[in-house]
Amino acid sequence: MAKEFDLNEVEVWDGNYAASQALRQAQVDVVAAYPITPSTPIVENYGGYEANGYVDGQFVMVESEHAAMSGCIGAAASGGRVATATSSQGFALMAEVLYQASGMRLPIVLTVVNRALASPLNVRGDHSDMYLGRDSGWINTDAFNSQEAYDLTLCAFKIGENLDVRLPVMVHQDGFTTSHKAQNVKPLKDAEAYKFVGDYKPVDDMLDFTRPVTHGAQTEEDWHFEHKARQHKALMDSTKVIDEVFAEFKTLTGREYKRVESYMMEDAEVAMVVLGSSVETAVLAAQELREKEGVKVGVIAPRVFRPFPFDLIREELDRESLKAVVCMDKSAPGGAMGALFNEISAASLTTKARPMITNYIYGLGGRDFSVEEAQRIMKEQKAHADAGHITTEIQQFSGVRGPKLGFFETRRGK
Amino acid sequence: MVEIRWHSRAGQGAVTGAKGLGSVVATTGKEVQAYALYGSAKRGAAMNAYNRIDDKPIKNHATKMNPDFVLVIDPALAFSDDITKNDKENTQYIITTNLSKDELISQIPALQDKTDRVHIVDAIQISLDTIGRSMPNTPILGALMKVSNMYELDFFLDNMKKVLTKFPQKIIDANMEAITRAYNEVK
Repeated sequence: MAKEFDLNEVEVWDGNYAASQALRQAQVDVVAAYPITPSTPIVENYGGYEANGYVDGQFVMVESEHAAMSGCIGAAASGGRVATATSSQGFALMAEVLYQASGMRLPIVLTVVNRALASPLNVRGDHSDMYLGRDSGWINTDAFNSQEAYDLTLCAFKIGENLDVRLPVMVHQDGFTTSHKAQNVKPLKDAEAYKFVGDYKPVDDMLDFTRPVTHGAQTEEDWHFEHKARQHKALMDSTKVIDEVFAEFKTLTGREYKRVESYMMEDAEVAMVVLGSSVETAVLAAQELREKEGVKVGVIAPRVFRPFPFDLIREELDRESLKAVVCMDKSAPGGAMGALFNEISAASLTTKARPMITNYIYGLGGRDFSVEEAQRIMKEQKAHADAGHITTEIQQFSGVRGPKLGFFETRRGK
Repeated sequence: MVEIRWHSRAGQGAVTGAKGLGSVVATTGKEVQAYALYGSAKRGAAMNAYNRIDDKPIKNHATKMNPDFVLVIDPALAFSDDITKNDKENTQYIITTNLSKDELISQIPALQDKTDRVHIVDAIQISLDTIGRSMPNTPILGALMKVSNMYELDFFLDNMKKVLTKFPQKIIDANMEAITRAYNEVK
């Protein structure tokens, strides 16, 4: 029986520590891991908890991230509660196996500490790894600070393991900005947290020898499509369970999560759509801009990136007052508009309001995103709103040195 | 909002110091941030650590800050780092040095119009005398308590003891002595 961990009502934890405490409290059975900066402390701490008797699980050291996720799949198919952590290059090496985990409907929890992808080699935070995995069939949730990294990791088990869902879940947090920033965190007591997550309910457990099953089967054109269609439906339908788990978490803690977080959108004339720790910086920037200059700015932040909250984004955008929206992508777009811009724009097309939408690429490789820069971008949106058309290139870059970069123009307002 | 920027070398304990300060502050019901940028930095490389302290939840996640206090815990960094970067009219500087205040300021042009806001303490020597090795992170916090009037010394010592509980008693006692000496010796 695992020992109880002595916790204060308020702890000062960074995002990594917060996530590792959630893994401990969920009493994860198996962590198969290959540590990588900046997510290393998550699995390192779990190893410490195990060695010191705070978890009854097992830490499996493997030779690569590909093997780490493969080990997680084996353990999950065997009927255990399984989790691991990774970042960046490790995430990229895991990519092949991520699709296996979701296709096999194994509710593994992956805490992803977002970091840039090489080359050039870079250990700082951006969303390249998050974007790389967005079509891998996992539920993707996004924490904006260390408290949320803790909360969402607990919720991840409860969402993924729900028998109506049975899908793996990623909990993203920003490398360094969240993972290495200690902030006030209010943890649950061990028993409370475990009770919330609940006992693991195995499905088609490989270690149930009375009922042999096959995992990871091959299907060609005869059945593959039906499997993938069902998997997609499960992902789309998981919104109901996600909402229920968030509601239950609110009852327990008073902390409220929604699939799309929105701030000051009721009367907003311009809005910033953003992910990760920059959400809070943007909210602060918007509050100040409202107070000092009376610019009606709001912020929209997808809390759940997959399944993409198309419905809720539409609701946020379909406001008569809303004229201009900027989508902030923290990942190198690789010859296209940013992914967030594309997805938000698609949702916007189905609304009546159809605000103007522009795109900024920002923060690559950990480039700082300041309140002042957020306000400059917000005021630029106000200029579009006042002019009735987009006054800059549609895609621009924030905080990059060298000649000004921008792509595509339009004079069309609607 | 109080913002504190640490100028340190990797291995001097700035991160531990920033987190220790954060833990003490959090016990008083305030919100804190303690963070640093490191990872591929090797021992001895110049680095920054940061604290933010406020009565309400802290939303600003930018690294950039306009510090109220600048703590320089390696003597040479006062010369080689841009320690006055993004400062304010009332930014207070606490610098580890074995020079006199006049000697120090005469060699750092950026400080010459802020002499009344420069405070010195030999945190390196204090840590050598008390802890037995160069570990200027806890003494600088003693100096910060004196300069900032953030907390009474005894209150800070009591709470810092709780932060250090995982260490042997001898180390805790040495740190308490280091904090007290720096509190009394900063000028």
